[in-house]
Amino acid sequence: MTMELFRKLIFVAALAGLIAGVFVTVVHQFATVPVILKAEVYEKAADEAAAANTATAATTDSSAATSDSMENMPGMSHDEHEHGAAEWEPADGFERNAFTVLADLLTGIGFSLLLVSAFALRGGEMNWRKGLFWGLAGFAAFTLAPGLGLPPEVPGTQAAPLLARQIWWVFTVAAACGGLACLFLGRTALWCVAGLALLVIPHIIGAPQLDHAESAAPESIAHEFIVAVVITSLVFWAALGTLSGYFYQRFVKPA
Amino acid sequence: MSTNRHQTAAHDTTTSSVASRALPVAMAALLGVFLIFGVGFSHVSAFHNAAHDVRHSNAFPCH
Repeated sequence: MTMELFRKLIFVAALAGLIAGVFVTVVHQFATVPVILKAEVYEKAADEAAAANTATAATTDSSAATSDSMENMPGMSHDEHEHGAAEWEPADGFERNAFTVLADLLTGIGFSLLLVSAFALRGGEMNWRKGLFWGLAGFAAFTLAPGLGLPPEVPGTQAAPLLARQIWWVFTVAAACGGLACLFLGRTALWCVAGLALLVIPHIIGAPQLDHAESAAPESIAHEFIVAVVITSLVFWAALGTLSGYFYQRFVKPA
Repeated sequence: MSTNRHQTAAHDTTTSSVASRALPVAMAALLGVFLIFGVGFSHVSAFHNAAHDVRHSNAFPCH
């Protein structure tokens, strides 16, 4: 009995996640990937300039003055950022895009698993329309809430240490999920107060930030990317929620 | 004893499922977290490089 529910949840999440994943892959190819590639041109140029500067600085001390601009970018020479020759990475073109498709599909299934788990925990009626609203809640919790503190970034942007940002991201998303659940599912005013508090607290604590962060790419590209990520996330979550709700009603809870 | 059993039986039809649902739901959610972590958060370099564009596109903390 229990395993039957588990199997049904997996099936529904796989179905909804794969369809939404294919959809968002196409959307990403048009909206976000071109901006990433544009920004990488600047990232590579900055990396090469920094490498050239350190090389000349090593041989001649006099070049110290000219190497300033790039040397001062701490994120640029950070170890996480160097895609070392020994580390595997997909070749540009088909291979890279194939892994992007795979990652998009797995992300879709992963997020759909969370959605259908929430549906099952909540119980009651489900349909595509209710699923859509759950999807929009997912967009608020997984894109908007962490994005307020850690806006989407193109490659070549300096940022606080990765682990600190990841911890803040997970904490903020968890608090936002709890906060929205309190707001929408709580029955009393006290739940609403608790919900709002959960939504606000991560931002009072604040996301890890650098004192002065620089970006290799121009401001216009960084801005274009933020808009692209937020809009593609919105349509992704709307599609994922709708599909998850529809297939959940069909296969887990027949009306 | 028998009254207790009757009460649980009566409860079963309404709240039935909360207990029986807990395990499969937790397993499904955990699998979801595992997938998202692997794609978006793993520090393994190959995972990062493979999912690079998707990490950026989803605004997962990257680099």
